[in-house]
Amino acid sequence: MGFVTATADRLTIRNFIETVGIFRTLSSSGFRRFSTYRQATVAATATNTMFGFVRTYVMLAVAGSAVAAGGQVAGYDAPQLVTYVWAGQGLIGVVALWGWTELADRIRSGDVVTDLLRPVHPVLGYLLPDLGRAAYALLTRFVVPVAVGGLVFDMYLPQRAATYPLFAASVLLAVLVCFAGRFLVNAAGYWLLDTRGVLMGWAVCAGMLGGLYFPIRFLPDGLAAAVYLGTPFPSVLQIPLDVLVERDPPAGQLGLLGIQALWAGLLLTACVLVQRRAERRLVVQGG
Amino acid sequence: MNVIEAHGLRKDFTVRVRKGLLRRESRAVAAVDGVDLTVRRGELLGYLGPNGAGKSTTLKMLTGVLHPSGGTVAVCGLTPVPQRIQLARRIGVVFGQRSQLWWDLPLGDSYELLRHIYRVPAAEHAARLRRCRDLLELDPFLDTPVRQLSLGQRMRGELTAALLHGPEVLFLDEPTIGLDVVSKQAVRGFLAELGATGDTTIVLTTHDLADIERLCRRIVVIDHGRVVHDGGIDALHARYGSQRRVVVDFDTAPAAVPTLPGVHLEATAGPRLTFTLDGTASVGALVSALSALGGLRDLAVTEPEIEEVIARLYRS
Amino acid sequence: MAEPSTLAIYRRLVAAQVRSQASYRASFALDLVSNVVFLGADLLAVLVVFYRVPVLGGFSLTDTLLVFGLSSLGFSLADLTVGNIDKMSRHVRTGLLDAVLIRPLGVLWQLLVLDVGVRRLGRVCSGVVVLVIAVRLAEVPVTPANLLLLVVTPLAGAVFFSAVFVATATVAFWWVDSGELTAALTYGGRDFTSYPMTVYGGWFRHLLAFGLGFGFVAYYPALVLLDRPDPLGGPAWLGWCGPLLAAVAAALAALVWRTGVRQYRSTGS
Ligand SMILES: Nc1ncnc2c1ncn2[C@@H]1O[C@H](COP(=O)(O)OP(=O)(O)O)[C@@H](O)[C@H]1O
Ligand SMILES: [Mg+2]
Repeated sequence: MGFVTATADRLTIRNFIETVGIFRTLSSSGFRRFSTYRQATVAATATNTMFGFVRTYVMLAVAGSAVAAGGQVAGYDAPQLVTYVWAGQGLIGVVALWGWTELADRIRSGDVVTDLLRPVHPVLGYLLPDLGRAAYALLTRFVVPVAVGGLVFDMYLPQRAATYPLFAASVLLAVLVCFAGRFLVNAAGYWLLDTRGVLMGWAVCAGMLGGLYFPIRFLPDGLAAAVYLGTPFPSVLQIPLDVLVERDPPAGQLGLLGIQALWAGLLLTACVLVQRRAERRLVVQGG
Repeated sequence: MNVIEAHGLRKDFTVRVRKGLLRRESRAVAAVDGVDLTVRRGELLGYLGPNGAGKSTTLKMLTGVLHPSGGTVAVCGLTPVPQRIQLARRIGVVFGQRSQLWWDLPLGDSYELLRHIYRVPAAEHAARLRRCRDLLELDPFLDTPVRQLSLGQRMRGELTAALLHGPEVLFLDEPTIGLDVVSKQAVRGFLAELGATGDTTIVLTTHDLADIERLCRRIVVIDHGRVVHDGGIDALHARYGSQRRVVVDFDTAPAAVPTLPGVHLEATAGPRLTFTLDGTASVGALVSALSALGGLRDLAVTEPEIEEVIARLYRS
Repeated sequence: MAEPSTLAIYRRLVAAQVRSQASYRASFALDLVSNVVFLGADLLAVLVVFYRVPVLGGFSLTDTLLVFGLSSLGFSLADLTVGNIDKMSRHVRTGLLDAVLIRPLGVLWQLLVLDVGVRRLGRVCSGVVVLVIAVRLAEVPVTPANLLLLVVTPLAGAVFFSAVFVATATVAFWWVDSGELTAALTYGGRDFTSYPMTVYGGWFRHLLAFGLGFGFVAYYPALVLLDRPDPLGGPAWLGWCGPLLAAVAAALAALVWRTGVRQYRSTGS
């Protein structure tokens, strides 16, 4: 069974071209849709910037207190922490850490049934526009905080050329992991009347264990390793940021990407399975 | 006594139009453009107009939600915006697309809350609620959370909510929008009854001409924010040249057709002739002229449709 | 201000809201828990930082916890009572505001009770616990003056944050999609006030601590409680300025709100 059910029967070149067309259309629809939410984008970017300042000063104070250790804290020095904070604020919008309730809303209103009528697998039908949305956010919500941070503070720039493509790959994987997580949390709406609590649980975990409030490496080493491997949250923010500030040597960066890829595969599979369950439920109960 | 008195009422909105990628232009749009409206106590007024004509905006100014950009307005002798709270106790409002009920609570709970919000004496409240329960058949779903009500049930619930404090004026903005035929009839029947008592003045905006024909003796039609008609339905017909139509079938197509003042031959199709008659022309005169020709087999007169009248009015 | 029966009406409206929210039982419980966890997350951030360094901006963990406790109790009280006003944009868009405007009650009060965040009660409770622990750990001397300051500061902080909530939410009258902007000064302000002002530098500190008044929410009162001179050179009486500042902020917020409603009435959006 393929993602695109219209082409699931046989993969011919024509089908393939059609599929690529659907992919392009869907993902650019996400881009265009979000580019119309200009006020919201400006508001969110301003908020990210405000938090960027607060967190940067806290992190600079932390680095300042650690002069004994050569100004390094858990393997980050001051400029690295600055980059960490600002790029982190920028990535919130790119991965859409919080606030995505579209699926839950559609489940509640019953509109979700129409998803089944489209020739695209529902998971893909949400994922592709989300990629378009992420691309738009990258150009707006990522660029602005990083630029502000770079103007005001002394930021760390990657020293190795290979870091840039690695970071790009890591961000893409982060978007996938975050999307899958959000999809699953929203899909709880198939079984729960009100998903606010679950959404909130996701927001807490994603923020705290994702490395938004503090880098997870600040935790005792064993605990940090457990969080990296045992939960998907670092894959959403922490890992791309680690890659960007070159917290680890190239091999370490690749290992981190591996963790992300693992989680992305795992969670997306879970999405497909949950969706199948939900569809059966929809068909049986008629919504 | 006039319950509503508005003179030269206007409302300008500033709309930003996107011109190109970054440039935007602000433009003032007159949503309501000098409306004069007086409504007597006990009247049931139909406020009619195409989409975007300014109906909702007028209602919002009359109820104290928006303040007018110009003109004067008094409802129950009060100026809506500055005296909003006093006015709120004396009017009831139903906005068709939005609810003023508590979404997650049983319908009955909303009524209890509204009793306290409007400070209605318990006995009075109970009496009004009983009446609404009977007339609108609320009992089957009084204990159902509002979110689980069908649109028709909810609208009946909204109507009740707007009436429990015994308002002198009831404003209804498209109360039958989206309802099925049965619910529409229930709402109309209820409003007709309410209007018949003559205690409550009702202002009803609608798209649905059946609402108007069934309920309102007076209609005000607005278009582009201006009143284009104010009067009875008959006056509307007379003014906008409503045309009755006479269709006659002969055995064989007649050689000559009579000409009478105000009568036009609209179409000939073999032995069938179709005439249109202006408001003043007499059907009787036409019929006798036609029967004088001989060979008249069948004849039908169709009254003008209000839909047609309104459509013509909007177009003009 | 409000006559007793008006208060009674609002009490009923709040009770109705509690019933509404409790009707989603599983979610309500989870919500309550997440709110406790949320505070836990903020607290954890402070603890984790001190796991790595012994002092932050010249303040020890116990001293910082006192600042944190004062700030978060004040904030969570505000969040409980007026926090949902950050849904202003939605109220404007869905037309709920129109429904509120046709009722014979104050607009702001109605909006506040319409969706009072009962589930945020968890955060207030844990805020109290954190503050009590911080006071014990920091060995704040038990004097009448200190006790008074300990009660007054979170209340003044609550009023101050409420004013910030209302004032920023009002932006929605001009700028419908401003939703997240509110968070910059509310949640952002809470984060800012959670640490000693010595952490921040330059114009940013001056702007937020003095320009907007966030310095008086927790930092200056904490200095008085700790009986410490201000490393930034401020006099000790600044610690008692919280209530005054809260009053000024509330008055300004009321003004902004009124302007906002007037604006709504003339633009309808
Ligand atoms: N808040 C607003 N801002 C700008 N324009 C508005 C606003 N509300 C209504 N309008 C415009 O005013 C006109 C009248 O609207 P409305 O009163 O809602 O019409 P109706 O209810 O008759 O369909 C429309 O052109 C509409 O687009
Ligand atoms: Mg309308």
